[in-house]
Amino acid sequence: MGRYILLRHREIPDLHRLEVYVRHGGYEAWRKALTAMTPEQVIEEVKAAGLRGRGGAGFPTGLKWSFVPKDVFPKYVVVNADESEPGTFKDRELMEGNPHQVIEGALLAAYAIRAERVYIYVRGEYRSVARRLEAALAEAYPAGFIGRDVLGSGYSVEVAVHLGAGAYICGEETALLESLEGKIGHPRVRPPFPATYGLYGKPTVVNNVETLANVPPIIARGAAWYRTMGTEKSPGPKIFCLSGRVRRPGNYEAELGKITFRDLIFGEEYGQGLLGEGRSVKAILPAGASAPMLPASALDTPLDYESVQAAGSMLGSASVIVLDDTVDIVWAAYKMVRFFQHESCGKCTPCREGTYWLRRVYERLVAGRGRPKDPELLESIARQMAGKNLCPLGDFATSPVLSSLRHFRQEYEAYLRAAAEVAAPAGGR
Amino acid sequence: MLREKYAQEIAAILARYPVKRSAVLPLLYLVQREYGYCTEEGIREVADIVGVSPTQVRGVVGFYSLFYDRPIGRHLIQICDDLPCALRGADELVAHAARRLGVRPGETTPDGRFTLETVMCIGACHRAPAMQVDLEFVENVTPEVFDQVIADLSRDGT
Amino acid sequence: MGGTVRIFIDDRPVEVPPGTLVVDAAKRAGVDIPVFCYHPKLEPAGMCRMCLVEVGTIQVDPHTRQPLRDVEGRPVVQWMPRLQTACTTRVAEGMVVRTNTLQVQEAQRAILEFLLTSHPLDCPICDKGGECPLQNLTVRYGPAESRFDYADKMRQEKRVPLGDLIILDRERCILCGRCIRFQEEIADDPVLGFSDRGRGMEIITFSDPPFASYFSGNTTDICPVGALTTTDFRFRARPWELTPIPSLCAHCPVGCNITLEVRPSARKGGWDILRVMPRQHEAVNEIWICDKGRFVHHFATAEDRLRQPLVRRDGALAPASWEEALERVAQALRQAGAGAAGIIGDRLPNEDLYLFRRLFEEVLGSPWVTMDPPVFGGEAVARYGVGVGTDFGRMGRGSLIVVMAGDLEEEAPIWFLRVRGAVRRGARLIVAGGRPQKAERYADPVLRYRYGTEALVLLGALRALLEQDRIPPAVRDRLDGLEVLRARVATYPWEALEVRTGLPRAAMEALAEAVAEAENVVFVFGREGVVDGEAFVGMAADLLAITGHVGRPHNGLLPLWPHGNTQGALDLVGVRPLPAEVPVLYVVGADPAGDGRPMPRAGFRVVQELFLTETARMADVVLPAQSWAEREGTFTSAERRVQRFYKALPALGEARGDWEIFVDLALRLGAGWRYFSPEAVMDEIARQVPRYRGMDYAALARTEPQWPPVGTSRELYFGGTARPNEGGLGRVWPTEAEAPGARWPLFWKDPEIPPEDALMVVPVRRLYAQGTLIERTPHLRNQMVAPTVGMHPETARRLGIAAGQPAVLRANGRALTLRAQVDLSVPPGVLRVPAQGAPRAEVVEALQIEIEAGVRDGAVLR
Repeated sequence: MGRYILLRHREIPDLHRLEVYVRHGGYEAWRKALTAMTPEQVIEEVKAAGLRGRGGAGFPTGLKWSFVPKDVFPKYVVVNADESEPGTFKDRELMEGNPHQVIEGALLAAYAIRAERVYIYVRGEYRSVARRLEAALAEAYPAGFIGRDVLGSGYSVEVAVHLGAGAYICGEETALLESLEGKIGHPRVRPPFPATYGLYGKPTVVNNVETLANVPPIIARGAAWYRTMGTEKSPGPKIFCLSGRVRRPGNYEAELGKITFRDLIFGEEYGQGLLGEGRSVKAILPAGASAPMLPASALDTPLDYESVQAAGSMLGSASVIVLDDTVDIVWAAYKMVRFFQHESCGKCTPCREGTYWLRRVYERLVAGRGRPKDPELLESIARQMAGKNLCPLGDFATSPVLSSLRHFRQEYEAYLRAAAEVAAPAGGR
Repeated sequence: MLREKYAQEIAAILARYPVKRSAVLPLLYLVQREYGYCTEEGIREVADIVGVSPTQVRGVVGFYSLFYDRPIGRHLIQICDDLPCALRGADELVAHAARRLGVRPGETTPDGRFTLETVMCIGACHRAPAMQVDLEFVENVTPEVFDQVIADLSRDGT
Repeated sequence: MGGTVRIFIDDRPVEVPPGTLVVDAAKRAGVDIPVFCYHPKLEPAGMCRMCLVEVGTIQVDPHTRQPLRDVEGRPVVQWMPRLQTACTTRVAEGMVVRTNTLQVQEAQRAILEFLLTSHPLDCPICDKGGECPLQNLTVRYGPAESRFDYADKMRQEKRVPLGDLIILDRERCILCGRCIRFQEEIADDPVLGFSDRGRGMEIITFSDPPFASYFSGNTTDICPVGALTTTDFRFRARPWELTPIPSLCAHCPVGCNITLEVRPSARKGGWDILRVMPRQHEAVNEIWICDKGRFVHHFATAEDRLRQPLVRRDGALAPASWEEALERVAQALRQAGAGAAGIIGDRLPNEDLYLFRRLFEEVLGSPWVTMDPPVFGGEAVARYGVGVGTDFGRMGRGSLIVVMAGDLEEEAPIWFLRVRGAVRRGARLIVAGGRPQKAERYADPVLRYRYGTEALVLLGALRALLEQDRIPPAVRDRLDGLEVLRARVATYPWEALEVRTGLPRAAMEALAEAVAEAENVVFVFGREGVVDGEAFVGMAADLLAITGHVGRPHNGLLPLWPHGNTQGALDLVGVRPLPAEVPVLYVVGADPAGDGRPMPRAGFRVVQELFLTETARMADVVLPAQSWAEREGTFTSAERRVQRFYKALPALGEARGDWEIFVDLALRLGAGWRYFSPEAVMDEIARQVPRYRGMDYAALARTEPQWPPVGTSRELYFGGTARPNEGGLGRVWPTEAEAPGARWPLFWKDPEIPPEDALMVVPVRRLYAQGTLIERTPHLRNQMVAPTVGMHPETARRLGIAAGQPAVLRANGRALTLRAQVDLSVPPGVLRVPAQGAPRAEVVEALQIEIEAGVRDGAVLR
């Protein structure tokens, strides 16, 4: 067994080819489930493994599957490959390098809930990634792993790739389903949840790419083995996306809770430290733009769901963006606010209007035209938005604002001092 | 007419879904391939094929950033200037690209060859700054790399 | 489930059915939760977030099943961590809701502030000003100063025409999506949508023509701000300047309750109708009206209305005094006596219809009085019409609606909406007709038979039921004539029925099965393509009677009558053939000459009208009548609901009420009539006409509270600007079948069927067909349907006509000069003509075609 559970292509050349994948144990879990396990047993195994969703929310995967009604057909599995969080590129690598493991995981999910179709919803910008998946499907179909009466089990399942078209909001599962139905990606009112009312109003499981890539090893080797990795509450391996002001950005696979931010950023087998000489970490974004930034004091926080939450943020998709002491925090917050303003779907008033308003205030701040009360205004707008929207995007948008104000208010004040100096004529009054 | 020209492809797309409307996004990609952007004619054709109102298809075109309701250049240059790329020089790259092409982001070169855009995160933060050219990744883009890409695209005459 | 659940809203206990939305439960308890995107007639969207409330659940001890209590004895409530939208949260037992805590108020202020960052404060010039919930909320809770920099406000288009009728102001739009959802869920014309996203999100239409829907005006009523306005009303008045007068729409059989909103106007010679709004009647039109009903009112104040009497002098019509005109008419009638004949239109009020008939029958002693246009099925409707209490709004699972020989949306637009609603609630719809129509989208199944064979289709269904002897015993006991029917039906073999109707036996059996198994059946019938109306409606009546679908609510026949008081005309005048020639012909509110209907030749003709119609041009005396807006009266809808309308405008010029003219003439002819108002006439009708017993004005004016609340502009729970009903809900007269112990006689007649290879003229009714009234509304001009002769390419080939070629078709002695239109939706062997162009469907016995050069496109020559 190699170092990797998920990024196995790093050790096995050409793993994206079916023949190589099968030679290295690929589709054995699939065969095992179809021939020796009931769908309920598959769910129980995943439950026992303690696998939690890797898309960001960390919801227990087996539990999610168990919510699906047994007697309603048809049912669907949708793979959320709309990876769009700034700083996140792990699903891309998995689909490019190890596509069959993702597909195998999706097939297992389909079998577990007795779905007849799987859609892999890939963000529109990942057209080249989608081609990789399609090539993998084109090999897996004739090999009998997908299609009618798979491996003689009597179970039939179809898998298709569906390309999005540029909308971060479609990473939200109900917006994704709307999009997959050919509509604009507005999140739905919940309840009902996708487990009972999903794609085309039918029971549907939506799982992240990385989540599903964990499933074949769980089924092949068992929950007990899986639980030897990670922590009690956050078992298993996780891919950490590292980007920003580090020497060696990239995807790193490690057990949950076994490394810290410091390990990830400075470790020899990870980020190998900051760019340039003599720099220090100013802030860490643990989950792209969506979770509150943490100051350097959080560097020794272990990377698991509970610990990062205890430190005041969220592990989310584990997309760690590193800001060093050269980075202007107000500018960084502005970049993130701009992102959310661009991606707000517009459905809910607070998110639609709030992100726009935040952006306008940031624009004047970074342009040196800030007003003395702008920090309070930003904080107030963000608080007014929080907790009032259908989906989490509106709350995400407040993260960079509130967390930067909490930890780096002095940088805002510096902007305001500069603005005041410009506004006051030389010599003053 | 798409229906005649791409009959097989359309049939294959429709066959993937139990509900025709799901084919709206794939069919709009087809429209863009055929007409260069989502033309009114193309939108109406898609609406007709999937059996929804043209308004419903037009709304989709407006919602997604990869659908264009106006003609764009033959090559689409999309530079990510989101935070992770901007931490590694994306804003400078955008400035360079604008100078090199002589247009501002959002504009198309007068010869209709290139449309320059800045875009939000494209999932290439570990090889920043990054861009997509006609939706293919180009990563670790230095000004030299950028110029080379433009030169290559200009050379092939398209 | 069933029953109710008990919840607490602001400490008030409320009992509501399970599944009720918190926002509705609160409203029923008298708690006004502000909403923008939520509308009680639409699916909740949860978008605007205005209705955020605190929601909790009383904790229950699992052992004792009693509420847990704190030290002070109060129930322990588990509050949800976030505020919830009251418009998407459904009640559950033990739920506790708080709508006025600090947290909720703060949230409402936040949403309001967000909305106002994008909203222009142009209330002083906004049409919605004065009836706008955003304005009301802002006045009540809004911040005095904006923290949002005005310079940052997005400038957007203020005038975006969405078609000829509706204008969108993008700056005012708060993106609640009510208009979009109305068009999708209620009208099923999904021609509005959201485009773009975030702050760039906007309402678009991309249909061709834009906003192609008969129901577009309703979006302006439910728009919670002034974003959608009608081109008719925009910038013409402020709501508070208008006087709302309860009225009725007379242009189709539905009987929609409307409000005429009037104001003094220098331009229109005194007063003008500024807008027409729906008036809530949940059993008739709910809170909707169609665009024809909303915009067609311009005829009432048209420049070319007749304003004074005309008499023929030296061959030409010239103005005259009422005295001269009436004396001439009285003289002529006196001379003609029992030989005089009268034709009265079915848009006239009951009071006038009643007096007209009395004028002829009692004062002149003439039996020659008839309604126009003639219709069939009146007797069947009187016996087996829909039962009292029938309401599409209450029909759903278990109900079957059959629509046959008529186009539901074109002929009764609001019924279309309501039938669709019933289908959404689980009702089944069967549409039977000779050509496609919009209602077929929901039909299960569609029965496409050959025009003219309607009675045979139903005969087939009867045959199936009789063969299987599927007649419930309780029903059998009430039927008369069952054996005759059985014997006669058996003489029509299946093969013949199949060949003539073009339908397989299985389709007719399926219809029979559907009718037999449904709990409720409403059979909506029209006239399109019908040759033998008596047989058609008779068979329909039989079908309902032998399956027990008569004599009770949600069951029976429902006619697609041509106008708003056809039923009243049947009740009070009726259809009678007139002699071919009469000494005096008195035509009131009808234009047989213009509509191509036969009319007796007459030595002296009197026409009482609003306009100088083709019939009026031929008259010796023309009497100017008041429009319905200038007087009061009653109409009887096709559901037999007798309803009141009220006087909204002063009389135009010297125009008089029709009833008034009849009284004057009766007095001149020596009758001792004493009616000083329509009310006095209705009092008499309520005493004398059994069907209308007790239906005096006071009875018809009664109202009761309706749900949802609308039109009270101070409500934060905003249901729209449709008006509450203050004019009366009217009363329905019961059918004969409803009488206790009534016998249910069955009908038989061998249907008259056109020959198999016959060429048929089929008049087709369209909502926007050219006509005297609609032509006077400029806003609808572009949507009016140019009259054409539609035909299948095969028919065109057979007749030697090319598409678009102007051709004079002379059929059976009448000329239809219409442009030929080749249309695949017209069945072969059929000439589709506008309903105004031919009196009824008929077999073409003699057809002459002249290809004419120089005929104007769409011109009608007769």
